[in-house]
Amino acid sequence: MQAFLKGPAAISTRPPAAKERAAAGAGSSGDAKRLKPVPWVEKYRPKCVDEIAFQDEVVAVMKKSLEGADLPNLLFYGPPGTGKTSTILAAARELYGPELFRQRVLELNASDERGIQVIREKVKAFAQLTVSGNRSDGKVCPPFKIVILDEADSMTSAAQAALRRTMEKESKTTRFCLICNYISRIIEPLTSRCSKFRFKPLSDKIQEQRLLDISEKENVKISSEAISYLVQVSEGDLRKAITFLQSATRLTGGKEITEKVVTEIAGVVPKEAIHGLLAACRSGSFEKLETVTKNLINEGYAASQLVNQLHDVIVESEDLSDKQKSTIAEKLADVDKCLADGADEYLQLISLCAIMMQQLTQNS
Amino acid sequence: MSLWADKYRPVALARLDFHRDQAAQLRNLVQCGDFPHLLVYGPSGAGKKTRIMCLLRELYGAGVEKLRIEHQTITAPSKKKIEISTIASNYHLEVNPSDAGNSDRVVIQELLKTVAQSQQLETSTQRDFKVVLLTEVDKLTKDAQHALRRTMEKYMATCRLILCCNSMSKIIAPIQSRCLAVRVPAPSIEDICHVLSSVCKKEGLTLPQDLARQLAEKSGRNLRKALLMCEACRVQQYPFTSDQDIPETDWEVYLRETANAIVSQQTPQRLLEVRGRLYELLTHCIPPEIIMKGLLTELLNNCDGQLKGEVAQMAAFYEHRLQLGSKAIYHLEAFVAKFMALYKKFMEDGLEDMTF
Ligand SMILES: Nc1ncnc2c1ncn2[C@@H]1O[C@H](COP(=O)(O)OP(=O)(O)OP(=O)(O)O)[C@@H](O)[C@H]1O
Ligand SMILES: Nc1ncnc2c1ncn2[C@@H]1O[C@H](COP(=O)(O)OP(=O)(O)OP(=O)(O)O)[C@@H](O)[C@H]1O
Ligand SMILES: [Mg+2]
Ligand SMILES: [Mg+2]
Repeated sequence: MQAFLKGPAAISTRPPAAKERAAAGAGSSGDAKRLKPVPWVEKYRPKCVDEIAFQDEVVAVMKKSLEGADLPNLLFYGPPGTGKTSTILAAARELYGPELFRQRVLELNASDERGIQVIREKVKAFAQLTVSGNRSDGKVCPPFKIVILDEADSMTSAAQAALRRTMEKESKTTRFCLICNYISRIIEPLTSRCSKFRFKPLSDKIQEQRLLDISEKENVKISSEAISYLVQVSEGDLRKAITFLQSATRLTGGKEITEKVVTEIAGVVPKEAIHGLLAACRSGSFEKLETVTKNLINEGYAASQLVNQLHDVIVESEDLSDKQKSTIAEKLADVDKCLADGADEYLQLISLCAIMMQQLTQNS
Repeated sequence: MSLWADKYRPVALARLDFHRDQAAQLRNLVQCGDFPHLLVYGPSGAGKKTRIMCLLRELYGAGVEKLRIEHQTITAPSKKKIEISTIASNYHLEVNPSDAGNSDRVVIQELLKTVAQSQQLETSTQRDFKVVLLTEVDKLTKDAQHALRRTMEKYMATCRLILCCNSMSKIIAPIQSRCLAVRVPAPSIEDICHVLSSVCKKEGLTLPQDLARQLAEKSGRNLRKALLMCEACRVQQYPFTSDQDIPETDWEVYLRETANAIVSQQTPQRLLEVRGRLYELLTHCIPPEIIMKGLLTELLNNCDGQLKGEVAQMAAFYEHRLQLGSKAIYHLEAFVAKFMALYKKFMEDGLEDMTF
């Protein structure tokens, strides 16, 4: 560990010789990228508020504060990869400029210790620090500091309750920005102290535009059909879409990106596999059902993904009655919850299939 | 003398015996150093860990094979001391945070931050980032998974994560959103036969094709298990014959006998005996969900079509509870009791139908 931390400069083992690496196929790695290679999601993270796509309401508020208006306490919520963290970081950077940013912004996220005591002390110490009022580039600097509490939904309610007092006490000097995926996990006294902004899953069109921009900058070969498929499988999560785009590009080694590659990296279960499962359910043979289910698990497909896809198929199915659909949908919901609780994928899947079999063989 | 499963573990991406397309793609992926965090998932014995180690070798060269095991003491902010062991080379660090039980969050917070913030690799032939390999991430508490989120973004330039797990459904959405998921399916029966044959060849043995096939099928597409069973066959008898007995592990036999005991008699007395047997399995560290799945498979073999669906529901129901609860034995026992009641009633009803 010590050696690992210090890096090989401090130890005697020989770094892999260039020859050996070339032989291993690593190619011209060394010189090509002295520029730090960062994954595209970070590379294309919005640097200013204007670059935030789709979240117009919050962008408008942030812009006002850039023009000198006061900022309310903020609460951002919404699914992953919709721009919550990016928005506040970009705004803060614009408000304070790169130098003052460090003094004026305190970011606490789920990777920091956030017990009641810690929050109180850290925030208090931060709020009480006196700061210089001017930016070196002469722009006016707002008279408040910002505390960002990212991933606030993983804070205990006791810690949230303690935060409430702290927010009031420091309100003269400090604005808070709480960020979470699920607003229901934030206690009411906190939500009522903030202006709430919901970050919606990004529209397909906006996402496609972003991906096209990136593709152009990175010289990616991709058709517009493949782009729209990519967007479709990433479900409004732009981070995912960008990761998929980059991965597909790298995995194929610069060849044209196909739907097949995208299906694979998105972990989408192929249609044939879904139909195979439904056919087994219709067959009425439980042995067959066990075999097919075991196979799906062996292929490594995530049960939660299967549940999602089955839901679409069942809801849209034309040869099922509403009653049958509702029975299956109820079981799907139940299984989804159990999986999130950490239940075994095989057992959940087989119990789901048993219900589907019961329903699908009823009318015949 | 090491086991075949370790001795013949491929060490380079180009040498992997199956899913070769994927291996080639992974090689493309890491060639530019800007690949995202990876989340490698798939069933047990599919070769995930093997693949990851090959990937690391591709990145850093043979140096990743010089491993040191170290025992670390991490002090939580609450002053509690947490012991955890890590495996590290000069380039990567492997840790199974769930070893720390409920303190896994602290391990993630402290260990990862130290690594990510520490001095970077320098020499020109090296990468600009280190890799931290976290195993069994599906066993992490939700708390620990949340602690990973922002860390994954903040230190991306200096520290890439590779997460490894069996069950993708247990990973929270924000983590899935931050990774490229790499699915490693279990090798097919043919793949396994092929690996078994080539391992035997390297050992100077001839393996009949029929036996290879039986081994592969019996392993349930788990390559590690197939290799272990093959080696056990070798110990038992050589030259191999096509129809030779494939030794099973003790606990599998024991579990099957337990299922038989449940089917053959449904009384409080028998329930008590079964309970003793379940305890025995648990104290030998057989995971409760494996016990539940094993029982279900055996019991399904023994019951009628109508009952099967219901039994599957019961197994899923009690296993879910087991995951939420704190003592597995209650839920396993509840399942057995429920099954006995159902089965007994079914048999009695059947008998009545026949006599009247
Ligand atoms: N509205 C958006 N406009 C532009 N880029 C976006 C937007 N939303 C997401 N992105 C892209 O996705 C990446 C992740 O976004 P961000 O970190 O802001 O997500 P988040 O909402 O904080 O997600 P999480 O809930 O998982 O923390 C960014 O680096 C950026 O590339
Ligand atoms: N491509 C391969 N070619 C030949 N043998 C392999 C290959 N991949 C894995 N093996 C063998 O299979 C065994 C199991 O592989 P590994 O330990 O990587 O599985 P795993 O997916 O990490 O399993 P688990 O989830 O149980 O930890 C290893 O002992 C190795 O010898
Ligand atoms: Mg975020
Ligand atoms: Mg493993």
